[in-house]
Amino acid sequence: MKQKLVVIGAGMASGRALEHLFEQARDTYEVTLFNAEPRGNYNRLMLSPVLSGEKTYEEIITHDDDWYAANGVTCRFGEHVVKIDRARKVVVGQNGEAPYDKLLIATGSAPFIIPVAGKDLPGVVSYRDLDDTNAMIDAAQRPGAKAVVIGGGLLGLEAAAGLKMRGMDVTVLHLMGHLMERQLDEAAGYLLRRALEDRGIKVICRASTAAILGEKRVEGVMLEDNTGLEADMVVMAVGIRPETRLAVDAHLEVERGISVDDAMLTSDPDILALGECVEHRGQLFGLVAPLYDQAKVVAQTLIGQSATFTPKEVSTKLKVTGCDLFSAGDFAEGEDREDIVYRDPARGVYKRLVLKEDRIIGAVMYGDTADGSWFYNMIKDGTDVSDMRDTLIFGPAYQGGATADPMAAVAALPDDAEICGCNGVCKGQIVTAINNGANTLEDVRAVTKASGSCGTCSGLVEQVLAATLGDDFDMPTERSVCGCTDLTHEDVRRLIKSQALKSQDAVWQELGWKTRNGCHVCRPAINYYLLADWPLDYADDPQSRFVNERRHANIQKNGTYSVVPRMWGGITTPQELRAIADAAEKYNVPTVKVTGGQRIDLLGVKREDLPSMWYDLNQAGLVSGHAYSKGLRTVKTCVGSDHCRFGTQDSTGLGIKLEKLLWGSWTPHKVKLGVSGCPRNCAEATCKDVGIICVDSGYEISVAGAAGMDLKETEPLAKVATEQEAIEVTTAYIQLYRENGKYLDRGYKFVAKVGLDWVKLQVVDDPENRKALCERFEISQSIYRKDPWAEQAQPGEAEQFRPLVDLTLEAAE
Amino acid sequence: MSWLDIGPIDQIPLRGARVVKTQLGCVAIFRPAEDEVFATADRCPHKGGPLSEGIVHGRSVTCPLHNWVFSLETGQAQGADEGEIETHAVRVANGRILLDGSRLNRQVA
Ligand code: SRM
Ligand SMILES: Cc1cc2nc3c(=O)[nH]c(=O)nc-3n(C[C@H](O)[C@H](O)[C@H](O)COP(=O)(O)OP(=O)(O)OC[C@H]3O[C@@H](n4cnc5c(N)ncnc54)[C@H](O)[C@@H]3O)c2cc1C
Ligand code: SF4
Ligand code: FES
Repeated sequence: MKQKLVVIGAGMASGRALEHLFEQARDTYEVTLFNAEPRGNYNRLMLSPVLSGEKTYEEIITHDDDWYAANGVTCRFGEHVVKIDRARKVVVGQNGEAPYDKLLIATGSAPFIIPVAGKDLPGVVSYRDLDDTNAMIDAAQRPGAKAVVIGGGLLGLEAAAGLKMRGMDVTVLHLMGHLMERQLDEAAGYLLRRALEDRGIKVICRASTAAILGEKRVEGVMLEDNTGLEADMVVMAVGIRPETRLAVDAHLEVERGISVDDAMLTSDPDILALGECVEHRGQLFGLVAPLYDQAKVVAQTLIGQSATFTPKEVSTKLKVTGCDLFSAGDFAEGEDREDIVYRDPARGVYKRLVLKEDRIIGAVMYGDTADGSWFYNMIKDGTDVSDMRDTLIFGPAYQGGATADPMAAVAALPDDAEICGCNGVCKGQIVTAINNGANTLEDVRAVTKASGSCGTCSGLVEQVLAATLGDDFDMPTERSVCGCTDLTHEDVRRLIKSQALKSQDAVWQELGWKTRNGCHVCRPAINYYLLADWPLDYADDPQSRFVNERRHANIQKNGTYSVVPRMWGGITTPQELRAIADAAEKYNVPTVKVTGGQRIDLLGVKREDLPSMWYDLNQAGLVSGHAYSKGLRTVKTCVGSDHCRFGTQDSTGLGIKLEKLLWGSWTPHKVKLGVSGCPRNCAEATCKDVGIICVDSGYEISVAGAAGMDLKETEPLAKVATEQEAIEVTTAYIQLYRENGKYLDRGYKFVAKVGLDWVKLQVVDDPENRKALCERFEISQSIYRKDPWAEQAQPGEAEQFRPLVDLTLEAAE
Repeated sequence: MSWLDIGPIDQIPLRGARVVKTQLGCVAIFRPAEDEVFATADRCPHKGGPLSEGIVHGRSVTCPLHNWVFSLETGQAQGADEGEIETHAVRVANGRILLDGSRLNRQVA
């Protein structure tokens, strides 16, 4: 007969313990799993990416219905356990009892709520589970909603960053002098604060909350110094306390947490406990890494084998995209301690090591955390560092006189170096998995669990992959451009400018490309950077372009093409329409469609027919609409003051002027404009890369909108009085994007990276600079403002659209 | 082998391709380097993309429809994708491209 195991709490720790148990002894226990949340196990650490919108709940589920079914787990989700009756060996749930032979308590912890007035008002939330996360997401839906986050630790900051990404106005209140004071020293705390403020999050330190204000729901927060803050939501993230109520009521031994011994047994030998609810030798736990070690011990104890839990040093990272920080060990100052500090103000990098008796006991890093795990391992191992003291801070790449190859740091790590802190996976295990055939991040994650929890070590795992597989591993694009180089897009752009690299070969050579001439990922990017930075020196290379931009038509799924002529500002004439109709008939175009961009698409044209069709269209004055390009696409307009009873300015005319000025230019990604004659906005200008709304007093220019995979309203850039100024600001903005954008970043991503304030500084506040940008745009346009169709329709060029030879004809002869 | 002269090498753009039409579908002739040519079927085994329209890099081509990458030497799909394209013998002599027509012809006959 199977023994009965009852588990209270389906969290991070119990999920892992059950996995180990079933792996080792599938048939020993019949398991009943209670969870107060109405769902099973999911990756709680990943709630922050869910909050920020970078992941969905479905993506963070760790155990699904199939898993529970396959392992015969009786799930009682959404049911609180209210009592443990040790005498009868049953637990009492809200819907009934469950008898146990062994009981595992894994109730985690509960958010600590500071006892101030107003703490129970609707709109005060904590940050612990999916329901909290969803409540925050809901609150962020309201345009202009304000959030106050109480607590500037890991959880509070992840909540703040997520809410900011959702568009909320966010203020963080922190009681201490600097953020994350338990993990960071002041210098790193300062850099973190600056980074958060750069993204628009307000931070108030030494802020003590006096009361939460509001009648029916939260309206604001009052500080001890009488500062008042408006708030539609207050997130309480000041700390956690172990959830021990059941254990206390059952008279188990409880200190701050439920007391457990090295085998994870409580004071009752039939009851085990693990996770954030326990206390082990005076220590509490708040990060998953040690909990996973506990899970292994719990499984062993349950199947009657001896095992010992030993807590290990933990390291912390913050899961806020773009804020790279790392901290481990003890970094308080002291008489017997020495500091090694490295700063690079320009890059916002700070590193500090704390040494005691020639051993590293603490490390704090901000901005560049690549060497974190190397230092962390030396802390754990107590490595004597006296021999490398002088170069220690520069990381493993500099030891033993090796060159500064970014990959060397990882290659130099020993096999037992820990890569994934959460799951305790070391480099050797990953290398073994790779040697057994795992060759992507996902494969490695599936086999070893490395990077499966908080995910911040994904980059390191990828570097181990790259170091082990060499060229066979394609580094994901968000890090380096592609597998051909370790450089990022930003690095490459900077180096092309600073080293005046003006040809593809110069780039391959000077930047140490690992392949002969790049690949389909990097070559189009390099081609773009070269032509944007050196319009007069570099000749565009059609062979480095995706087929659409080489053939000046959109390839279709069956290998035919579509042809979209320009209709300037959406205006056409009977003569143009006639030419389009004629071409459609002459070349047997199967589909003629009005596009979403105010013009006409001729779909299903054979490649061989393209040049002659273009020639015919050219005769009627029609040119390429660049419907295929990372360049200017359409300028949508409305009828404006010419016809409309509300029109304030000539929106159609301005749209046409802009299109005639901008057409042909290449950009990092496509560029679409809209010009509306009044705020009714019939040209949908506020979801374009640049949108202009005409008003009585002039023109409101806004940028960084999109309506594709992401839907984003434009952000106001400038309000100007004259049409000429509107044209200048628009042109300067597009040139700024051309010169600084990352290839394939749409305008809104570009602005999110550089910040709207910087854009304003460049194109609005500084007229000199605006003029210079417009001039550089004009220089580039002297080469590119032309109709590619006219060129390609020339006899010599048109040849390229036909087969080299047609053997079917010869065979027939 | 039966070598067919299909034209001068400079008719193919460097790091580009042209097609030869045959009874059995198009053959793509790639020119990854000045005097290097490869010939393969023009049809991608994934969903029929015209490989001659792909980006040629090293001795590989990337399909223009969904970015599968094929070795021009072996015809094998690279990376995680599985598939193969037929390759044909081809060489350059005195600036002219010679394509082995034996397989094409045999199948034609
Ligand atoms: C023809 C058209 C659909 C239609 O029948 O109306 C169209 C067709 C395609 N769109 Fe579009 N888009 C068309 C208007 C739009 C619009 C509406 C607009 O411009 O007002 C949008 C949303 C607005 C926006 O861009 O923000 C739109 C958002 C996209 C996206 C998503 C872009 C994004 O940044 O999220 C893609 C994918 C991409 O570009 O990477 C895309 C890509 C495509 C491609 C090029 C897919 C491809 O790579 O082959 C389609 C080509 C079809 C073909 O063979 O011709 N299309 N596409 C429209 C052509 C407009 C024109 O006259 O040039
Ligand atoms: C937003 C967020 C981000 C985090 N990021 C990180 C990170 O980056 N790195 C890191 O190491 N850690 C991180 N943590 C901490 C980590 O999530 C916790 O350490 C871990 O989840 C604790 O696991 P646990 O199993 O002890 O408790 P939990 O995962 O909290 O699971 C406990 C479960 O028990 C249930 N329960 C409680 N009482 C009862 C009852 N009476 N009856 C039935 N069920 C009950 C609860 O509903 C809950 O589902 C983060 C936490 C949060 C909230
Ligand atoms: S939405 Fe655009 S990309 Fe998608 S199928 Fe329609 S035309 Fe193609
Ligand atoms: S058709 Fe070639 S990759 Fe899909």
